[in-house]
Amino acid sequence: MSQDCIRLEFKVDSENFASAGSASESVKTQLKLLGIGSSDVRRVAIAMYEGEINMVIHADGGKATVEIYHDRVEIILADRGPGIADIALAMKEGYSTAPEDIRALGFGAGMGLPNMKKNSDEMRIESKLGIGTTIYMTVRLT
Amino acid sequence: MKIREIAELLKAEVPVCKDKIDEEVYSACAADMMSDVLAYVKDQAVLITGLCNPQVVRTAEMMDIRCILLVRDKKPDSVILDLAREKGIVILCSPHRMYIACGLLYKAGLSGGEHCV
Ligand SMILES: Nc1ncnc2c1ncn2[C@@H]1O[C@H](COP(=O)(O)OP(=O)(O)OP(=O)(O)O)[C@@H](O)[C@H]1O
Ligand SMILES: [Mg+2]
Repeated sequence: MSQDCIRLEFKVDSENFASAGSASESVKTQLKLLGIGSSDVRRVAIAMYEGEINMVIHADGGKATVEIYHDRVEIILADRGPGIADIALAMKEGYSTAPEDIRALGFGAGMGLPNMKKNSDEMRIESKLGIGTTIYMTVRLT
Repeated sequence: MKIREIAELLKAEVPVCKDKIDEEVYSACAADMMSDVLAYVKDQAVLITGLCNPQVVRTAEMMDIRCILLVRDKKPDSVILDLAREKGIVILCSPHRMYIACGLLYKAGLSGGEHCV
């Protein structure tokens, strides 16, 4: 019984920057409908939105899978982008390879990955150069 | 402070969600980088920004921000307005620059909350 979960899948498209974040938005709506507390909902929303934006600006999009359990939400963000060469460096606040045009859109401060870590209870990054990146996050519901 | 009072003080237009301008808000934050809003904002109801794209509305929605104040006469396009309408987020458009807009609101008693940008 405790293994029952709601599973949501999204294709994250990078063609259109305006639509970036729509997967996170749907997840937020769904969690609110399930009556989950607003601070938990916000932690999931922030962690996933940062990851979704990263897939759009750094990796040409990808796939997001979200599993909602009674005690936690698991988020898997998988892309076939360029990969991350040095994960420890990428995790540092302020480290960003985003070009100027991305900054003009309001992103690229190098705050996303550390913010994903802050808003999740567990986070694991698997990345291979030239193959892609998969990020696993767990947010426990309080 | 009511959103209506913010609009009056800053000579702002209200292109969307006019029905919500009698709601009370207690704190605000200001940033042009949405990265900073996502990383530092905590429970501020108003976002003051000079950035004008759909991600401003998405970021506000993720952070439960209820009112976006666009400074420097930025005119939101229909994509932005539709998204804000759908999310029930009030947009205000003021001719003031960022510094002046923030100063006027702060002077009028709108605080920065706890961990403001
Ligand atoms: N999915 C990804 N694929 C490839 N590289 C990535 C990916 N996610 C992050 N990176 C790399 O890690 C760096 C740091 O990411 P982070 O999200 O912390 O900052 P940012 O996206 O550059 O800026 P911000 O998140 O503040 O808008 C990025 O600049 C990029 O080089
Ligand atoms: Mg990022």
